[in-house]
Amino acid sequence: MTLLQASVVPTQLVHLSAVDIIIVVFYFALVLSIGWYLKGRANTGEDFFMAGREMTAWVAGLSFLSANLGALELMGWAGSAYQYGILATHWYWIGAIPAMLFLALVMMPFYYISKTHSVPGYLKLRFGEPARALSAVSFAFMTVLMSGVNMFAMAKVMQIVLGWDINFSIWVSSLTVAIYVTLGGLRSAIFNEVLQFFLIWAGALLIPILGLYEAGGWSNLKLQIAQRASDQYVHLWSGLGSFTNNPMGINWVGIVFGLAAIISMGYWTTDFLVVQRILAAKDIRSAEMAPIIGAGFKMFVPIIVILPGLIGLAVLPEKLVPESVAAVTGGHSYNDVLPLMLARYCGPGLLGLGVTALIAGFMSGMAGNVSAFTTVWTYDIYRPLINSKGSDHHYVSMGRWTTIIGVLISVGTAYLVMQFASIMDYVQALFSFFIAPLFGTVVLGMLWKRATGPAGFWGLLSGTLCSISMWAWVHHDPSALRYVALSPHAKGLAQDMFQALWSFLVCVTVTFVISKLTKPVPDEQLKGLVYGLTEVPSIGDVPLYQRPLFWAGVVTVVFFVLNIIFW
Amino acid sequence: MVSIWFFIGISLAVNGALIFAAGIYQLVNPPANPSVVLYNLHANVWWGAALLLFGLIYCFKFAPGRQSGAGTDRH
Repeated sequence: MTLLQASVVPTQLVHLSAVDIIIVVFYFALVLSIGWYLKGRANTGEDFFMAGREMTAWVAGLSFLSANLGALELMGWAGSAYQYGILATHWYWIGAIPAMLFLALVMMPFYYISKTHSVPGYLKLRFGEPARALSAVSFAFMTVLMSGVNMFAMAKVMQIVLGWDINFSIWVSSLTVAIYVTLGGLRSAIFNEVLQFFLIWAGALLIPILGLYEAGGWSNLKLQIAQRASDQYVHLWSGLGSFTNNPMGINWVGIVFGLAAIISMGYWTTDFLVVQRILAAKDIRSAEMAPIIGAGFKMFVPIIVILPGLIGLAVLPEKLVPESVAAVTGGHSYNDVLPLMLARYCGPGLLGLGVTALIAGFMSGMAGNVSAFTTVWTYDIYRPLINSKGSDHHYVSMGRWTTIIGVLISVGTAYLVMQFASIMDYVQALFSFFIAPLFGTVVLGMLWKRATGPAGFWGLLSGTLCSISMWAWVHHDPSALRYVALSPHAKGLAQDMFQALWSFLVCVTVTFVISKLTKPVPDEQLKGLVYGLTEVPSIGDVPLYQRPLFWAGVVTVVFFVLNIIFW
Repeated sequence: MVSIWFFIGISLAVNGALIFAAGIYQLVNPPANPSVVLYNLHANVWWGAALLLFGLIYCFKFAPGRQSGAGTDRH
């Protein structure tokens, strides 16, 4: 406690009372205790990297969602809701739900049957070593950058809300994550992610409840937003007919084909950070149910992320500005909206829980990145390329050391991220670089038996290079965005959507052409890896309410109803 | 092995108790100038009580001594 108080600087937004500090300290003590308790259950590679493959559908599903509830979710998207209105909800609904259901019903059986340790591991089985190496290296690169983004965002929040020194926040959170993941491996990360899921809801749900009360209900909130900004801030689809009719500067083509069909599909089905949680499920039914459970909860995350941003737009007396402007004027940026709302409504105790929710969100994202990085480094880079003859014990030791080193690299990355003006745009660019072409390669590998090894590698490489080239082109000459997004009215986020779309198309086209020019892989070698050649094990004779297909149908109906209500 | 749900119960119960106690203290000793909007709703009292109740239910249902009743949903 002395250490915390010693690091406070005089610019803090709120003061923590004694009870708030006790709540924060109790959280750190509990997550470290869980890591310590689980340290005896992470002695084999299967335990350390795959949590023993014994998680139930609920634990895997909540962990799957919680690993994604990092800095971006809590702070970035609340800021985006303030900046762009309810359009930001697309990243939770059409930009997540269809992909999660697709993962559950179509792709998960192949991941699960192949018993792979990772997504790059599946590429090795399907396309060979070069595709795995390319995917593993790019994933490792992206993961440490993401982890750095998480750390930076957390440190910023702590600086704004509490006045804590940014270096202090980075080191305390990163060392805590390093300790509990090193001790308990993936099981420890998953346990803490489920705990963090509950804390996030407990700490953040009060903001929209009190905010709606203050605003006078949803109808009055919409009226206030229309007066302070525009009527289009509260419509999901009606302004997406053209780039100029909505605050995001994007159209429905970018949302449907760029975000939903490519970026979202790529992230939720091939980003090993989230897929790793599902691979730890205890059986095929749990593996299919977990993403569906995650999708069910994902639909309601906008209540604690988007709604606070919208309420902030209506009730906060000051006008928030972009990060670059805030840095010059000294005002608050869009990304500050969630902490500002926290300070507005939460008194002693609640403030501590709200701060704990933010820290939990940041740490769950960081732990997800670190545990995924550790697995990919050990199984997909170190073992095949550096030391293929180590014992299981040796690889577990390597995993523990990689966790520590990965955290240190992430800390270095966090300091680099400080140079970028916008957290969101930066990470969106990263997604587009690697995720979209990877999705093209994996989905073709699973659904088209004619795809060959060389085609998989060159398709992935060309798609990635295409994405990086387009980003560099627009970065060098912003007016080039009109060619990438096919409109002179397109804005920043549209670039990411269309960049992903083009890189996916390049990947698929190159894979298709090279496959046709190369020798087909014998069917015998593709069993268990490709649709049509794989017998998916039955989930057993279970009642309707335990069947993944039934719950996927329920989630789909709710998804359509929500989109129509907020059209 | 202790269930993850038990840890969650402990977390919610302890946090709920602390928040509830802080709310009661403020009720007894109201601040002259409340620092938060909607102070009059005393959110920390009812929110803390709800978390405490929820946490206690989880602690009881998933207590280490009652593991046999929790089926496969332990991890």
